[in-house]
Amino acid sequence: MFYRESGDFKTTYAKDTQTFPIKLDRVGYYIILAVAFIAIPLLLITDTGGGASYWTNAIFLPFLIWAIAAIGLNILVGYCGQLSLGSGGFMAVGAYASYKLMTSFPDLNILFVVILSGAITAGVGILFGLPSLRIKGFYLAVATLAAQFFLVWLFNKVPWFYNYSASGQISAPTRSFFGFEVTGATASAEAKYLFCLVLLFCVAWVARNLTRGRIGRSWMAIRDMDIAAEIIGVAPLKTKLSAFGVSSFFIGIAGSLFFTVYLGAVEVGEAFGIQKSFLLLFMIIIGGLGSIFGSIIGAAFMVLMPVLLKIILVDQLNWATDIAAHFQFVIVGALIIIFLILEPHGLAQLWRLLKEKLRLWPFPH
Amino acid sequence: MKLTKLAAIAVATVTAATPVLAELVFPSLSYRTGAYAAGGIPFADGYADYFTMLNERDGGIGGEMTRVIECETGFATDKGVECYESTKGEGALVYQPLSTGITYQLIPKAAADGIPVHSMGYGRTSAANGNVFSHTFNYPANYWNGASLAVNHLLDINDGDISGKSVALIYHNSAYGKEPIRTLEELAEKHGFTLKTLAVDHPGQEQKSQWLQIRRERPDYVLMWGWGVMNQVAIQEAANIKFPMENFIGVWWSGAEIDVLPAGDAADGYKAITFHNVGSDYPIYDDIQKYVIDTGKAAGSGNQLGTVIYNRGLYAAMLATEAVRTAQEIHGVSNITAAMMRDGMEALVITEDKMAAAGMPNFGPSFEVSCENHGGPGTGAVAQWDATAKTWSLISDFGPSDMDIIQPLIDADSAAYAAENNIEPQCD
Repeated sequence: MFYRESGDFKTTYAKDTQTFPIKLDRVGYYIILAVAFIAIPLLLITDTGGGASYWTNAIFLPFLIWAIAAIGLNILVGYCGQLSLGSGGFMAVGAYASYKLMTSFPDLNILFVVILSGAITAGVGILFGLPSLRIKGFYLAVATLAAQFFLVWLFNKVPWFYNYSASGQISAPTRSFFGFEVTGATASAEAKYLFCLVLLFCVAWVARNLTRGRIGRSWMAIRDMDIAAEIIGVAPLKTKLSAFGVSSFFIGIAGSLFFTVYLGAVEVGEAFGIQKSFLLLFMIIIGGLGSIFGSIIGAAFMVLMPVLLKIILVDQLNWATDIAAHFQFVIVGALIIIFLILEPHGLAQLWRLLKEKLRLWPFPH
Repeated sequence: MKLTKLAAIAVATVTAATPVLAELVFPSLSYRTGAYAAGGIPFADGYADYFTMLNERDGGIGGEMTRVIECETGFATDKGVECYESTKGEGALVYQPLSTGITYQLIPKAAADGIPVHSMGYGRTSAANGNVFSHTFNYPANYWNGASLAVNHLLDINDGDISGKSVALIYHNSAYGKEPIRTLEELAEKHGFTLKTLAVDHPGQEQKSQWLQIRRERPDYVLMWGWGVMNQVAIQEAANIKFPMENFIGVWWSGAEIDVLPAGDAADGYKAITFHNVGSDYPIYDDIQKYVIDTGKAAGSGNQLGTVIYNRGLYAAMLATEAVRTAQEIHGVSNITAAMMRDGMEALVITEDKMAAAGMPNFGPSFEVSCENHGGPGTGAVAQWDATAKTWSLISDFGPSDMDIIQPLIDADSAAYAAENNIEPQCD
């Protein structure tokens, strides 16, 4: 009744091809942007208690950063169909690249540090993407798994990467952006939040438009049937490697933010282990393969659900922390299975179906 | 959809996080789950039981009730951040995360928020330099003391000469396990033994290749920096290759009952460095039995009493309590803040009388903390496992570690940290 395309006339080609062709979608999108960019920072600034710090460091930052990483992996797995288990390792590349850049060039702006870290990760990703030209599916997953273990081993083994510190732990020095500190312990909650939000917005915007264009279509062609794609003129080398490159670029940005803005100090085995690769893969499977919105909603699900469960079980119901922690595994695991049984294509597909139903409501066929 | 979910959490947190005033809050970033729960559970139990006992017996500390907030980290750093952020607003006085990784993260955060961190026998070793690390304390001993104490023990059993001997270090491949390497390298140079390092990756269940190497190269002694499940596996593997247990020495995090029990009789003679006493023959256990166990207020399942790590939890809580008393004296108020707690920790004096009054006579060293020295005396002893009696017993006196080697390392590492982070010395 309210959600429909009829009556929403497009008079130019640009209007016809816009990302959100339906007016209600568009309005909703702008409202979400306004809330994210204006309302939440204002709330964070005005909060004087510990709330702003908790909300930012425990909820917003992990959500924003994982969303960037999920978009990155979704390009590779969801759009190009190349299964990768190396994302934890690629995040580590982003983190260690930014550590080396920050300590070698103290005057380099943090934004460039993050983007350069992404570029370095893209290079590493392309390198490890080379086997994808010869092997497919599960075999590629195993090859990328090797990347995961190799990279973690490398950052543990070679002291140059952690500047020969006694413990092998890297910690991010304070850096500011336009005069506002965004890394280090004294950075304000809203600065860290906005910095990550801007990057997520840019990444999502670039990814959305890439996947709507020629490159995205060639990725999907390779995903759907690589031989047919090759016959119609899609070059597998260029397409697969560009997917690895773009995907690793985003994952590298996420890894860089994970280290510099969110955690501040990491050690590679613990922060970027194999479980992080799986977590990221679960995010995009639950959110929806081949969907930018799915990446974001999947990241939200996997990051917020444990926190929400902890708040409900421990703070509200006063359960013992160990029982609550074990139940978290059970509940999150059960929810994943239930979601996948009800909707194998993820939360994004549920959202799509909901919109389909809304279009017909209240007069279904 | 996302926003409504966020709003729901917002309501939940606001209602949940109403601070209760006039209490001494001790957050316990515990881990009762995961690969390191074997060490996390007894420590968290000991820590909580001590404060429960104070509440029941004395009505808290100096008339203020204590409250322990537990938050499960699972030994993961990102969960540690979440726990820190969710508890710091409740008036937290001191953080003891029992994890080197989380400690590294909290050091700058806690300094910015003005909350002290006490990493007792773990964390960043160079935090012993209070001139740079204003809010971090690691008394009474740190990893480098532990490394030196282990080497001292080797010197003792070899009549002071270990040149030409070979020593292998099997360590958890993390910040924690890597910490002692530099000290051991220096000590190897000084005493002329050869050092071989063998890394074991998280979680430490897979050590076949490392022990194969030990079996092939037959080092005279093996030192271990392990934690959690890694300890049990290592001791079992050592038993499998029939490595003489009296030549196998763990740091204090690799020397609990739960580490040696799975290997049974084969673990007999295994040694561990410790910075506090062992056993349950202390008056405090009568009070814990009476006020905590018998009233059903024990943390966890209440079956960890008298174990090494439980004792360490009690010791950590006792030191925190004494620091609170010191802070209450300095500032003349009973309901202290985190800033006052920091002053109390920095002015802490532990004497035999105080330990005896706390029901733990002769439990640890007597020491004084100062503005420059947050690291305590760095003394320790060697404990040995008796598999038939199933007890740890001290086989040496508490002795000093080689500060000639350690102090320059502490100064160099803390100076590097100060330079990286533009920290002005706080003392003078």
